[in-house]
Amino acid sequence: MNKLELQKTANEVRKGIVTAVHSAKAGHPGGSLSAADIFTYLYFEEMNIDPKDPKKADRDRFVLSKGHTAPGLYSVLANRGYFPVEDLKTLRHLGSYLQGHPCMQETPGVDMSSGSLGQGISAAVGMALAAKLDNKSYRTYTLLGDGEIQEGQVWEASMFAGHRKLDNLVVIVDNNGLQIDGKIDDVCSPYPIDKKFEAFNFHVINIDGNDFDQIDAAFKEAKETKGMPTAIICKTVKGKGVSFMENSAGWHGKAPNDEEYATAMADLEKIDKELGGAN
Amino acid sequence: MADVKKIATRESYGNALAECGAEFPNLVVLDADLAGATKTGVFKKAFPERHIDCGIAECNMTGIAAGLATCGKVPFISSFAMFAAGRNFEQVRNSIGYPHLNVKIGATHAGITVGEDGATHQCNEDVALMRTIPGMTVIVPSDDVEAKAAVRAAIEFEGPVYLRFGRAAVPVINDKPEYKFEIGKGVLLREGSDVTIIASGITVSSALEAAEMLAADGIQAEVINIHTIKPLDEELVLASAKKTGKVVTAEEHTVIGGLGSAVCDCLSEKHPTPVLRIGVQDRFGESGPAAALVEKYGLDGKGIYAKVKDFVK
Repeated sequence: MNKLELQKTANEVRKGIVTAVHSAKAGHPGGSLSAADIFTYLYFEEMNIDPKDPKKADRDRFVLSKGHTAPGLYSVLANRGYFPVEDLKTLRHLGSYLQGHPCMQETPGVDMSSGSLGQGISAAVGMALAAKLDNKSYRTYTLLGDGEIQEGQVWEASMFAGHRKLDNLVVIVDNNGLQIDGKIDDVCSPYPIDKKFEAFNFHVINIDGNDFDQIDAAFKEAKETKGMPTAIICKTVKGKGVSFMENSAGWHGKAPNDEEYATAMADLEKIDKELGGAN
Repeated sequence: MADVKKIATRESYGNALAECGAEFPNLVVLDADLAGATKTGVFKKAFPERHIDCGIAECNMTGIAAGLATCGKVPFISSFAMFAAGRNFEQVRNSIGYPHLNVKIGATHAGITVGEDGATHQCNEDVALMRTIPGMTVIVPSDDVEAKAAVRAAIEFEGPVYLRFGRAAVPVINDKPEYKFEIGKGVLLREGSDVTIIASGITVSSALEAAEMLAADGIQAEVINIHTIKPLDEELVLASAKKTGKVVTAEEHTVIGGLGSAVCDCLSEKHPTPVLRIGVQDRFGESGPAAALVEKYGLDGKGIYAKVKDFVK
């Protein structure tokens, strides 16, 4: 996909996020929207996957360590063809296969159940290790929140990944700067994030995580990196694309009401127009 | 009992893993800087490329095992029960239990027979914790023969399994040609008509000793080895309770939530029967030689004998 196609697709992913969370009357739009460009790049450009065969043996793996942003993952999976986009409206409903947090047994395309912060990265490390043990070439990607990295297990996993030189692993940090209780550097600062991963023997790339040129360059650099895992620290805007959600901690875990939903969709449709029409 | 062969079940664990290594190429063993103590070092020596030392980071080890399992490996994670089940509870629940992944938890140094290290390392709560996780199988082998059979059965079984092993050497009691291990199937070791003693782990041999002493007093005790706490062999428990009308449970674990509770859960719903739960009585352990602790906490043959005798009179 070219940059414009990726931008248009990411906007569709954002519409899916807002629609799902609105229908659920609960969920986490802020961190789903901030990472929508990363989700889009992974599933439409980077990863070797097949929506028709979600469990394909040597596919690339993705673990959403920041599992509360399931709406983002579900929306990209739906838009990629794993299941109908219409089903996003069943998010969090009783009996839906779209649980509040990712469940690998329920949802096609979900490689690992997650949601308890700090645990997904360890599972991703296990997948990368399995590929090494079996001399397989598949790669593993995991997305973490910048608040999530306050969890100690993240650094246990990073120490192990660095020690084992897992160059088939890419750790992505969505650095949107906000967590439930406010700014991450007010609550309990994890900065400097890049230096911490460097200290754990990662190759570290700092980018604007809402800019596809930079995302593209970073993932290409990660693929070229041998002998160490890569961490891509993505500076993003929480709530990106929806005017009233941008840079607001209050929209971490709150659903828009009907009026807010209409405004949000209008915002996203305006982006479509700026991009020269929807996909 | 001086002529009885004694082996710690943690030794059996390490040996069984090494014995199964060639037959099961997907078997991988993870440890957290305790390979010497958990005896996975035996496996490491035989299959170094399939032994993964995660360092002192049990929670990460658990997640790594989950990831390996999604890729078709059969990982065993090893640590002391205190960390494998205690520190790790939420990782086991969410990263292994919820996705029902094929990870085996080999927990050694369970219970008070850890001995001198004392209460911080004597996990008397692990069975209770693991038993509450949906889909988790919980196995507490009683000796070397059973521990090795349980490891093999766990490898062949699809799904998460918690295996509880001990630090101290225990008598080998199952070295009979007719011995057969089946997950979820209890073993009737001695028939009796006056009282049923249901034991697991180290208390199985104690229960057999107690039954001998009770027989000398004219009390016929039935002894059942429940090596699988979950799923519980309800059929066997109910049949014996109906026969004797009195049930005693004996476990090296708190009486809250372990074997005693599992038996009570079953009997109270299906055939209410008076039950006496022998075990660690809602307290922490303490430092001391394992044998002295077993005696102090009433988990040896004499201790069980005295309590059963009082219960049936």
